[in-house]
Order: sequence, then C-alpha cells, then structure tokens
Amino acid sequence: MSRRLHTIVALVENRPGVLNKIASKWRQRGFNIESLTVGHSEVPGLSRMTFTVDGAAHDIEQVTKQLYKVIEVVKITDVTEHETVARELALIKVAATKDNRSAIIEIVDLFRAKVVDVAADAVVVEATGTEDKIDAIVGMLTPYGLKELVRTGRVAMVRGAGITVTAPGANGAGQRYRSAGEGKPRVGSLI
Amino acid sequence: MPKLNGAEIVMECLRKEGVDLIFGYPGGANLPMYDALHKYPDIRHVLVRHEQGAAHAADAYARVSGKPGVVWATSGPGATNLVTGIANAWMDSVPLVCITGAVVSWLIGRDGFQEADITGITIPITKHNTLVLDVEDIAPAIAEAFQIATTGRPGPVLVDIPRDVQQQLAEFEYPDKVDLPGYQPTVVGHPQQVKKAAQLIAEAERPLILAGHGVVISRAADELREVAEKAQIPVITTLLGLGGFPGSHELNQGMPGMHGMYWNNIAIQECDLLIGVGMRFDDRVTGSLKHFAPNAKIVHIDIDPAEIGKNVKTMVPIVGDVRNVLQQLIPHLQPARHDAWRARLAELRRDHPSIAIPETSRLLPQYVIKKIYELSGPKAYYATGVGQHQMWAAQHFWSDNPYSFVTSGGLGTMGFEVPAAIGVQFARPHDTVWAICGDGGFQMTMEELALCTEYELPVKFAIINNNYLGMVRQWQDAFYAGNKQSVRMFQPDFVKLAEAMGITGLRVSDKAQVDASIEAALQHPGAVLIDFQVEDAEDCYPMMPPGVSLSDTIDQPKVEQPEYAR
Repeated sequence: MSRRLHTIVALVENRPGVLNKIASKWRQRGFNIESLTVGHSEVPGLSRMTFTVDGAAHDIEQVTKQLYKVIEVVKITDVTEHETVARELALIKVAATKDNRSAIIEIVDLFRAKVVDVAADAVVVEATGTEDKIDAIVGMLTPYGLKELVRTGRVAMVRGAGITVTAPGANGAGQRYRSAGEGKPRVGSLI
Repeated sequence: MPKLNGAEIVMECLRKEGVDLIFGYPGGANLPMYDALHKYPDIRHVLVRHEQGAAHAADAYARVSGKPGVVWATSGPGATNLVTGIANAWMDSVPLVCITGAVVSWLIGRDGFQEADITGITIPITKHNTLVLDVEDIAPAIAEAFQIATTGRPGPVLVDIPRDVQQQLAEFEYPDKVDLPGYQPTVVGHPQQVKKAAQLIAEAERPLILAGHGVVISRAADELREVAEKAQIPVITTLLGLGGFPGSHELNQGMPGMHGMYWNNIAIQECDLLIGVGMRFDDRVTGSLKHFAPNAKIVHIDIDPAEIGKNVKTMVPIVGDVRNVLQQLIPHLQPARHDAWRARLAELRRDHPSIAIPETSRLLPQYVIKKIYELSGPKAYYATGVGQHQMWAAQHFWSDNPYSFVTSGGLGTMGFEVPAAIGVQFARPHDTVWAICGDGGFQMTMEELALCTEYELPVKFAIINNNYLGMVRQWQDAFYAGNKQSVRMFQPDFVKLAEAMGITGLRVSDKAQVDASIEAALQHPGAVLIDFQVEDAEDCYPMMPPGVSLSDTIDQPKVEQPEYAR
C-alpha cells in the first residue's frame, strides 16, 4: 500500500497528560509524527490538534481507531481526502547586510511574507502558507545565510461551512472536574 | 454537610460503587486510605504479599464475579509492582480500578522518595489513567474510573492520588452521571449489519462460530447457545472463550490455534463463513494471516471498533456488545441443518483425535489435569498459569459451568495461577477452586499461598511439576536443536513449603495415587497443595509452529490405545 503524508485533525480535552497519551499510541505503532500543532479551539476546555504523519491509509486508519480509545480524545478525523485549507507559519532569521537587505525584502514581498524584525546584520521574516511555499521562500533566502528557522507545522481546516472536527454536545467539556479552570498550577500541561 | 478527607472520600466512592473487596498493600503514600479503612467495615481489605498478586487476584475476581476488581498500592515500587498485573488485565479486557498513593504533590517530579511516574508508566496498559491533584477531583475521578473500567470494552483504570490530597478536606458529592464527551461506546449493533450477517448465515453451507472472551465478558453464553442451536452452527471457543459455550454441547468443537484441536484448525481453513464473536483474531488463533480461513467470508462482532479490520479483512463488521448483538441476530436467523458440514467435522475429529491420552503407567501431566476435571464435579472453577499445563488444561476443559475457566490469555503471564485462584475463591467462596499451576510459574507468586491460611480459603493447588519450564523446553527441542538452556531449576520441597504456609501438602509421583490425592484434596475443608511429579519431557500437541498457517498444524502422534479420547 502506498505511503503518503496524512493530515489528521483531533479535538481533545485540554488536560494534563493528553499529549503524552496520544503520542504513545503513535509511538506504539512505529509512526513518526512529521508535525504537530496544538492550541485552543472554539469550545472552552477543548483543544484542536493537527498532525501530519507519513503512512499507508490502512495503517493510519488503524492508529486513528486506537486514538479514539484515549478517553480525552473527543473526535479525530483524517482530512487528507477532504478539500482543506492548510497552512503553516515560519519565522526565518536571515543574515542581511545593508547591501543585500533590499534584495531580501524583494523576495519577501514576492512571497507576500513580512519582515517583522530588523537588526544591523539580520532580518526576521514571517511567512505563512503551504509547506511548498515555505520551502520555496526558505530556498530563496538560504543563499543569504540562514541563521535560524522555526516552522509551526501544518494547521488545517475543511473548506466550506462545515466544521472540520466538532464535538457532539461538548460545551464546557473541560469543566467536568470541579476544580478545573481555576488557574491552579498543574503538574505537567498539555504542551 | 461535614467535610471528609480525601481518603474517606475514596472509601465513600467505593461504597457508592458497591465495592466490598479490595486487594492491596499499604505504604507511606497510601497510609491515609488505610487509616480510613476501619470506618468502613462493609468494605473488606485483603492484604496480599506482593502488589502483583493484588492485581492478579482482583483480575480473576472480576472475571468470575462480573464486578470490577479494586486494587490499592502505594507509590513507587508499590505501583510499579502492579504493572504486570495491569498489563495482564489490559490484554484480556478485565475491569480493574487501581488506586495508588502518590508522593506528596510538592515532591512530584522531584524524584521524591518512592516516587515513580505511574500514570506515565501505565499509559500503554490502561484504558485510562489520571493523577488527581485536588481533593475536589477525587470523587469525579473515581466515578469516571468505574464507568470507564466496566463499560464498553472493559479494562484497567488507574487513579493516582498524592498523600497530601488524601488528607485535604472536602464535602463528598458523588456525581450521579459521568459525562465523558470522548467516550461513548457503541453497545447496540447496527440493525442493517445484523441483517447482513443473518443473510450470510442463511447462505452459508459451512459456517463456524469462533467465540472469544467477549462472550464471557458480556455473559452471553445463553444467547450464543441459542444462535448456534437455531442455525446449527458449530462453535469453536478461543482460550478465553472457554466457558462461554457448554462443554458437553454437541456443537462444541473446543479450542483452535497454536495448541488447539487439529480438527478445528482444518475446519477454519475449510469453512465458508466464519463468525467471530467477541474475539480479536489473535496470532495464536490465526497462525499466518495470509493463509487464514482462505475460503471464508468473515462476520466480526466486537464492541471495540479498533478490533475491526485490525488483523483480518471483514465482510460484515458489527460493533456492539456481544450479548446485545446476538439477541438482535436471533430473530433474523433461519433454522438450518448443515448435515454435510457437520459430517465433515465429525470425520475430522475421528481421524485426528488430537487430545487423546495414551494408556501408560507413566504419570502424564495431561492425565492429571483430566482427572482433576473428572473428579471435581460440574461446579468447580479453575485458574491456570501459562505454558504447557495451561494448554492441556484448556484442551481438556469441557465443562458446562459457564465462566469458570480463568487464564492469562493475551499477556501470557506466568505466575498468574496462584493469586488468580485466590481471587476466584473470594468470588466463589462456596465452590471448589483449583489452581492448575506450572512448577515455574508457581515459584513466581507462591508467596500468596499464605493468604489461604490467613483468609481461610480452601483453594486446591495442583502443581503440574515436570521439573522443567516445559513449554520453553518443548520449543528448545523443536526449534533450537534440543539445546535445553535455563529450563531446569532447583526446586524447593513444595510439600514442606505448603506446610510452612499453613496448608496441607501432598506429593504424588505414581499414577495409582492420583485419584486418591484429588479426592483427599476435595474432601479437605482447607487449602491443599498437591505436587504432581509428572513425566518430565511430555510435549504438548497439537502444535502449530510459529509463522505457519493453520493447515500446517502438527497433530499429536497417533495414540493406538487411548485411555481417554474426546
């Protein structure tokens, strides 16, 4: 079966240890997570995760079924076959001199990226787009001297009015413990 | 409302859940819970000798009683000693609620004395686990633990509570409803799928039911029997499915797989419809998946959607509780006969007796087990360890007593037998309980023998003592050129050991003494240990070598003069 990069979106309860439990399921089955982003969702107490994982469709399906067994996972969907908007954000620190700075800015403009910090000998570029676009701008900037690169990994959303991954009646799901949400220090956190 | 401390809240929760038995071991981090025990005389605590014993005893207790097993342990080594027992319950889908004490919350993550990250350690072997850091969270966490452990596909849940949290005060309020947005098991089969399954059954000429632990867990023996009888479908039971279908039933085919009946392994290859009921197509059942059941359409009934399509390709999957699904199926079934197919199966059985026991003056291990079954009556319960004795115990188990065979299937945990039999005896205080033990596994957990004296448990222990780690020895002979490495060991005097533990010990090395010793054990009001010194190098057949297909099962060599044949 052919392997390809899959995009998987999960809605999970924002509780300590959840990321560990989810990562454990992938690890047990020998998958390498290519990218992972986590952040709050539109539902209080629930976070949305986007994974990209390389693998055959059948294997990915088996892992997502296993992931459903994590009690804190409310919903998980492989959106690879869906029409999605998928983006990642990159911050790129490039060596820049007074002589080549304008050439760098020209490249940045071509990619509709932004210079968000300027120093005497470097600029920080913020770029948003698909992985291909990020790869391309990084490729163009590398000859100037790539000092540091950070990429968020993919976030994805299904196109149209439908909600990518929604929780059935999950309002305030994260509040199921009486002490939750009081800003108490926790041992460990989701990320 | 008066405030209780966290430990008392734990006890109140257990009372709400109807728990009357805890297997546990105290230590620094769960002392507040032990301090609260005496205020709850309706909840009995059994002090084991090693935490692994607590987990296994609770596991076996749960399997037989149908109630969740409750285990207590302290932090660090107490909790890590549970790991094997938790993994065993995980692999065999047994509901356990393990409540561990953790080091005080301000020491967590600082390598405190007796600290172990038990929630981290047990992630892959629990259905759910949680560290409770606020006394207010204890009741909801325990309510969730019971809900999760006992519903859907059951499994072990661990709740870790730091000592200081056990001492904090709060009002006790038990949630009457647990709402877990990410946990909604499907318990009723999809009606359309049920109809499709019935259609396949109606069309089949050579159908087989492969019944697993799900039948036992959901207590679906009656429904299974009705399905089998109505459509006249022969029933094969997996190792953990034993006891899910009456042994004496004319449709009962016994066990398949690596040491299953030869006739079953061939039948699976020949059948045109295979109905997996509450089972997971484990490699010990299927052999090489590539060649498994090549002529069969497969219907797979299981409560766990992750089991569907995991190992075999299924034509009709039905996700749901086995008992519900079978009940749904019954009205759609048409009476059938399958005479030709049943004649073929009878022929296979006649030509391949598989588990016949030869007539000999030597003391054969399988003979001892057979005799125990024969003499213990129809209401006895059995717990086994892992290895040759377990396979013989499974092969010769044809009891009609439902849910009476307790064994470590998925994990294959040697040493399960002694604490498991103790757990079974707690669940069935008035019935005969046998521990069928290997001499190796027995020595792993024999410290728990003392419980029989302390709690007046009349467990009967039969050590099938071949003075070998027999299954390993068999593999070394079969696949490692007879290079018998590390399979013989010094043995204690098991009779003296029994006596030192306060129970009666007997030694049997002569076939003529077998009946009398078993009768004596059955008549003795207390616990008895019999050291059966059996033939040392008897191999367990049939045997499917690892990696091959069911068709390549090696049957037992022909027995010319069987003393017993099925």
